[in-house]
Amino acid sequence: MSFVENFPCFSIVLCMAAGILSTPMKAKQAKCMTMGLVVLVTCLSFGTLLHVLSTGSSFVYTMGRFPAPWGNEIRAGVLEALMATIFSLVMLCSLAGGMDHVFRDIAETRINLYFILVDLLLSSLLAIIYTNDLFTAYVFVEINTIAACGMIMIRRSGRSLIAATRYMVMSLIGSGLFLIGLAMLYDITGHLLMENAHEAMIRLVQAGQYHMPLLVIISFITVGLAIKSGLYPFHSWMPDAYGYSTMSSSSILSSLVSKSYIILLIKIFYRVIGFDNMISSKIVDVLFVFGLVGMVMGSVSAIMAKDIYRMIAYSSIAQIGYVYMGIGLGTEAGMVAAVFHILTHAITKSLLFLSAKGLNDVSGRKKNFRALQGAAFRNPLSGAAFLVGSLSMVGIPMLAGFISKFLFATAAMGANPGKVLITLIVLAVSTILNAIYFLHTVIRIYTPLEESAGTEGSRGRMSVGAAAALFCLIFLNFALGLTSQPVTDLLQTGIEMFG
Amino acid sequence: MGPNLWHNIDEVAAVILFGIGFTTLLLHKNMIKKIIGLNIMDTAVYLFLAAMGYVEDRLAPIVENGITDADAYINPIPSGLVLTGIVVSVSVTALMLALTIRLYRKYRSLDLDEILIRMQKEEQR
Repeated sequence: MSFVENFPCFSIVLCMAAGILSTPMKAKQAKCMTMGLVVLVTCLSFGTLLHVLSTGSSFVYTMGRFPAPWGNEIRAGVLEALMATIFSLVMLCSLAGGMDHVFRDIAETRINLYFILVDLLLSSLLAIIYTNDLFTAYVFVEINTIAACGMIMIRRSGRSLIAATRYMVMSLIGSGLFLIGLAMLYDITGHLLMENAHEAMIRLVQAGQYHMPLLVIISFITVGLAIKSGLYPFHSWMPDAYGYSTMSSSSILSSLVSKSYIILLIKIFYRVIGFDNMISSKIVDVLFVFGLVGMVMGSVSAIMAKDIYRMIAYSSIAQIGYVYMGIGLGTEAGMVAAVFHILTHAITKSLLFLSAKGLNDVSGRKKNFRALQGAAFRNPLSGAAFLVGSLSMVGIPMLAGFISKFLFATAAMGANPGKVLITLIVLAVSTILNAIYFLHTVIRIYTPLEESAGTEGSRGRMSVGAAAALFCLIFLNFALGLTSQPVTDLLQTGIEMFG
Repeated sequence: MGPNLWHNIDEVAAVILFGIGFTTLLLHKNMIKKIIGLNIMDTAVYLFLAAMGYVEDRLAPIVENGITDADAYINPIPSGLVLTGIVVSVSVTALMLALTIRLYRKYRSLDLDEILIRMQKEEQR
């Protein structure tokens, strides 16, 4: 076993240890340690990715060296390593970009608590991505929820407390469904490790046993994770949670936390239930329909939103809809498109939140659109970043958003004939709606203020970290848009490795 | 259906309790009752796991009287899962209670609708 195969385990354990170590630290020390840790985790994940690519196969790491049916396992393939790398990179950018707000929004004595939550969140994200054990996945899903809720409520305003309550209630309902689904799955398969559960599942399906319980299990697990990731009818907590927490939290929550549940769902679909069983259970069709409705309704709510943060939050609902629509197509191309969109959305949404923060800072911190007029001239970098993010979300060529829309459209052509036309139509409608609200905002921030209006707020001076984060995210957006072929190939091999 | 239902009466009870807890958590306006609902829901899952893990006439998985034959004992994993689950639900309950205390201190109410109304009044001022 090569040394690199320890990296996934190291990164999870290091994050947990850093969380504990932050407790007695001062704010500055905790910040330095967390940032260093996230950089380290990014490097470790990248190392794992390179290792997996060079060997060409995934590897299984047994915790404590207990063999298969009894022990607990971590499994890393191309998809897992790629996700871990991009997620920790986005985490780094979100933290660097929102650091000044963290120090402004949270009392000095409690900032180290914020970094504990960040460390815990990162460790649970990585564990959800890497784990090969269903119950471990559940435990880390709950840790993820607790950390995310803490990140919302750490800003002590009334709004963020209520947002945290709503988030918590919806998340707990999702986890409850997920847990009972897992308990039933364990009862009929007798295994918690994904591979063994999958083998038992194949036997059951071939023998034609437990048809009804299987259907119930699949729906419980799917609905539970869909609620947690904010699929359309269960989205009511999202705008408040993203709109009223400190900017780093919003950025991390919208781009990473909700995505980690989708990745877990895809993993369970492939590695436990099996792709064919999933298609024949028709649950993908349900996801498809709700995804389509979400794509339209999220955008409509975004058009009606009164302030820029809520607009971006509602846009997340539409983007989650895209991802579920891709899964719902029920083909491998659809799945690749969905995973690609997870990456695109992670990069673009954090870019949008951070640049909106920059624009807001130079507009007297008022949230309505009128105050934002001409903000792009007062803070050019944030303006440019918002422009790039918006164009990417709308789907302009050369940017990542275009590639994911392109992949969705091509995947739709290969899908079940009943789904082709409706997918293409909704894709087009949703793109137009996206364009309406994003370009409206872009025009607003690039409209110069009239002389008489008086300048609200001063010229923005961004910290070096924030500027670097914006540059990095803009670069990633272009990189993903221009070199999409290698990335889609990677995702393809990653998904094949699941099987 | 009938005899099968009676045979699995524990699981049936667990699922009914799960439903009660689920609806309470989702629909009740009072924060404390929501938390009670959460606990009923989680406990129902543990009942389900424990009932499924129990095999008639077998012992708890602790070696007794030197019997090392695995057939004498029940499978310890469901019990282990229940323990882990209890830890998780305790921490989630603690977090929810902390949130409730915060909300109560700020708005002097446990009713979520009432809290929303008071918050809006406060913002308009």
